[in-house]
Amino acid sequence: MFQKNYETVFILTPVLSEVQMKDTVDKFVNLLKEEGADIVNVENWGLKKMAYPIQKKSTGFYVLVEFKSLPNLINKLEIEFRRDEKVMRFLTTVLDKHSIIYAERRRKGEFNKKVEAKEEQAG
Amino acid sequence: MTLKNEPINRVENRKKYCRFKKHGIKYIDYKDPNFLLKFVNEQGKILPRRLTGNSAKYQRKVANAIKKARHLALLPFVTDGLK
Repeated sequence: MFQKNYETVFILTPVLSEVQMKDTVDKFVNLLKEEGADIVNVENWGLKKMAYPIQKKSTGFYVLVEFKSLPNLINKLEIEFRRDEKVMRFLTTVLDKHSIIYAERRRKGEFNKKVEAKEEQAG
Repeated sequence: MTLKNEPINRVENRKKYCRFKKHGIKYIDYKDPNFLLKFVNEQGKILPRRLTGNSAKYQRKVANAIKKARHLALLPFVTDGLK
């Protein structure tokens, strides 16, 4: 089997302290590493306001993890997400060939330029 | 005066176009709610192709991206006065 590119975004509950939050992120990153995944990027978006309340909370810590792994690891990861009460939401997506290019450009910081370009088109 | 209709150059007169095809955008990011806001009305509903002019392929991708963004609370499911 070949490794695929994945990215997962998850929302942690805002009641955690900074340290607890970082520990939780490390827990999932280490889980991925132990299972043989290659971590490409971990991005912490910080405490963000959500568009609607989840579990009666209006904010949450957003974390984005990009990684390469075998497909059978995703199930294990999602089971861990479901078991952990600190995780309010998660979404894992496979990256196709176009989104891999996009994700690379986003990591290099072309993202902000891209946002502007998109806005121009809309006008 | 002839009874025949004047031929209209439909390609030239076309106002609507698919912005993704025109600009060669291949991937629509669900993590970018500000961009996706262009494809919803002020209640947070997805705009039809009739209004956005997207091709079927990209309208589908937009719709999927909006649904993913909603799941992650980046966009609201229902709201009022989004714009």
